[in-house]
Amino acid sequence: MKHTISVLVENEFGVLPRVAGLFSGRGFNIDSLSVAPTLDPTISRMTIVTRGDNRILEQISKQLNKLIDVIKVIDFTEQNFVEREMVLVKVTADAEYRAEVLRIADIFRANVVDVTARSYSIEATGTPAKLDALIELLRPLGIKELVRSGPIVLGRGPKAWKSSE
Amino acid sequence: MKKTGSQILLECLRLEGVETVFGYPGGTVINIYDDLMDSPINHILNRHEQAAVHAADAYARVTGKVGVAFATSGPGATNTVTGLATAYMDSIPMVVITGQVPTPLIGNDAFQEADMIGITRPITKHNYLVRDVKDLARIIKQAFYIARSGRPGPVLVDLPKDVQMSSTTFEYPETVELRGYKPTVSANPRQLDKAVKLILAARKPVVYVGGGATLSDMSDELMEFVETIQAPVTTTLMGMASFPNTHPLSMGMLGMHGTFYANMAVTDSDLLIALGARFDDRVTGKIATFAPDAKIIHVDVDPTSIKKNVRVDVPLVGMLQDVLPRLTAGLQKHGDELREVIAATAGWRQQIVTWREEHPISYKQTKNTIKPQYVIEKLRELTDDDAIIATEVGQHQMWTAQFFDFIQPRTFVTSGGLGTMGYGLPAALGAQAAFPKRQVIDISGDGSFQMNSQELATLVQYRLPVKIVILNNNFLGMVRQWQQLFFDRRYSQTCMELPVDFVKLAEAYGATGLRATRPDEVEQVIRQGLETPGPVIMEFKVAREENVLPMVPAGAGLNEMVLAS
Ligand SMILES: Cc1ncc(C[n+]2csc(CCOP(=O)(O)OP(=O)(O)O)c2C)c(N)n1
Repeated sequence: MKHTISVLVENEFGVLPRVAGLFSGRGFNIDSLSVAPTLDPTISRMTIVTRGDNRILEQISKQLNKLIDVIKVIDFTEQNFVEREMVLVKVTADAEYRAEVLRIADIFRANVVDVTARSYSIEATGTPAKLDALIELLRPLGIKELVRSGPIVLGRGPKAWKSSE
Repeated sequence: MKKTGSQILLECLRLEGVETVFGYPGGTVINIYDDLMDSPINHILNRHEQAAVHAADAYARVTGKVGVAFATSGPGATNTVTGLATAYMDSIPMVVITGQVPTPLIGNDAFQEADMIGITRPITKHNYLVRDVKDLARIIKQAFYIARSGRPGPVLVDLPKDVQMSSTTFEYPETVELRGYKPTVSANPRQLDKAVKLILAARKPVVYVGGGATLSDMSDELMEFVETIQAPVTTTLMGMASFPNTHPLSMGMLGMHGTFYANMAVTDSDLLIALGARFDDRVTGKIATFAPDAKIIHVDVDPTSIKKNVRVDVPLVGMLQDVLPRLTAGLQKHGDELREVIAATAGWRQQIVTWREEHPISYKQTKNTIKPQYVIEKLRELTDDDAIIATEVGQHQMWTAQFFDFIQPRTFVTSGGLGTMGYGLPAALGAQAAFPKRQVIDISGDGSFQMNSQELATLVQYRLPVKIVILNNNFLGMVRQWQQLFFDRRYSQTCMELPVDFVKLAEAYGATGLRATRPDEVEQVIRQGLETPGPVIMEFKVAREENVLPMVPAGAGLNEMVLAS
């Protein structure tokens, strides 16, 4: 089963390899990982999508908590959360498909961020499933290059996760 | 007043109460070694960095303090890896300081550069690269705190040469601020109540004690707990000396080379009370048949140990110092029920006595060849109760666990989790450095001994009178045993074809060498060895193909023991 966890860590040299090393060293999967500083610049927030049964998830969460640089681990699996991912796609845009590419982009509320005579670069955000759908539609038209950010998540409702909680 | 990084380091160590450091110099720690000449800290020059780290590790095991070792960058630092991994697996508090190339050169493949932070990340509790001398005092303070608190472990501090040389005002922080690290947890009272109920309901309880009892110095509290409920006790290799093996409730060790009765008791139990143990595969055997009918109470300070390998009915995350007295007090409140429980479990205790009579730990004595087990029995007889016994890894280690009745805590020093051959001699050295007056003995095989035999020089130089018992079977005995039992006696690369003259070797280093080849010489050699001042090697030519029994083959259940060859 897929799980999305957020990890608040010290924004310090060498923390990322500790987290990544923990996953590889213990045979846990990382489907995606995104990381950037939070409002408090001394703290970074990682969003990790991983897979495993409850026992594995419990171990992942405990093992992460055991790292000295990890301040908090939040497993979003049992909670309501908003999930967003971004994709940048460079598609072939020869004369006959130019309009089709734009139409698809439009349906997905994606933006064209770069244009040449033979290509469009498109930016889209949404749930990972929505981005999958967009990519499937663009694929037959010719995808030259694609990059996804990996999802980031935020719990729903007024409650917020801070390092002190 | 301003101080240089190397001065700050030594001053911090002094303030942490460090008296003795083990290490080996080199280019990137030369400043530290220079300042060491003006510091009150003792330094022991080992002959290999691995040995320095093992010595610091054993120093920690016998004293309960944090062990400290120094090594230079590159090869010196990489030589510490086995020592760090050994300490990590056994949760030993230790701080290892490695030199590093100057910060501007880091990442350039500079001479004697190795990425120690990367290399040691999975084998340390935490590690630090100090990039600014202003951070140094805080980092050392944190390193010691992390090493000794919660579930202890080794911490590496990688210290570039330019940081050692630059200066700053020195101030040692009084407190540690680590928002991601809150190790001292107190167990949940509701879970404690549940545990008390389970204990009062049990009719076949077993107390299973791990290294946590040793690390937290809980022997007296453990004794009180056990006497309160009158439950039989089994220990892991790491828990061994924390409960006296001479006690009528002691069943000795469980697991792969555990006693028949301990393994039967665990398998048949209806309640397993795990104290500071981690259900390692050498202990559980096949998980599916491990204590199948038992409820499990698991007390551990490290939440990751709980439910990692086995299901747990009552998890108690907390320090044993917190949990054990509360558990005992909780039970003692139920005086009447407790008396009933003790009466109702008499049959269970009797069952264990019966199992023990059926298959005691034993061996067959022979007239003309020395049995290794006999040497260990004799050694027990002739040594003090507070003698510290270190071992290497192999058959001799398991025989020590089976035949040497440990009585006092922190008297058994052995590499349990990693199983590091070459650990015992430097470990004995570290223990003797901590307690110059006590008897310290390394029980070794001929294979393991040769992995760090250079430490004989260190022993002689520092007048550390370690006694080394070599049970010489001219084999890598433990591997040979597996080959005999599971590979049709095909002894691939386990025969030590070159017989080393260990007596001459001892003499070459300026130590004493003694040898016994017949059973009737054993006692005399031990007596003489123990009485001779300074380091002594006592070599015993033992039965070559003796096996460690009982044995639970890897992957089998605890009740599927091989009892005789
Ligand atoms: C560093 C290291 N290398 C290899 C092993 C695998 N190993 C475990 S026991 C053993 C044999 C030990 O032989 P010896 O020290 O002579 O002791 P004996 O078993 O004969 O008592 C070996 C090779 C190990 N534990 N550690």
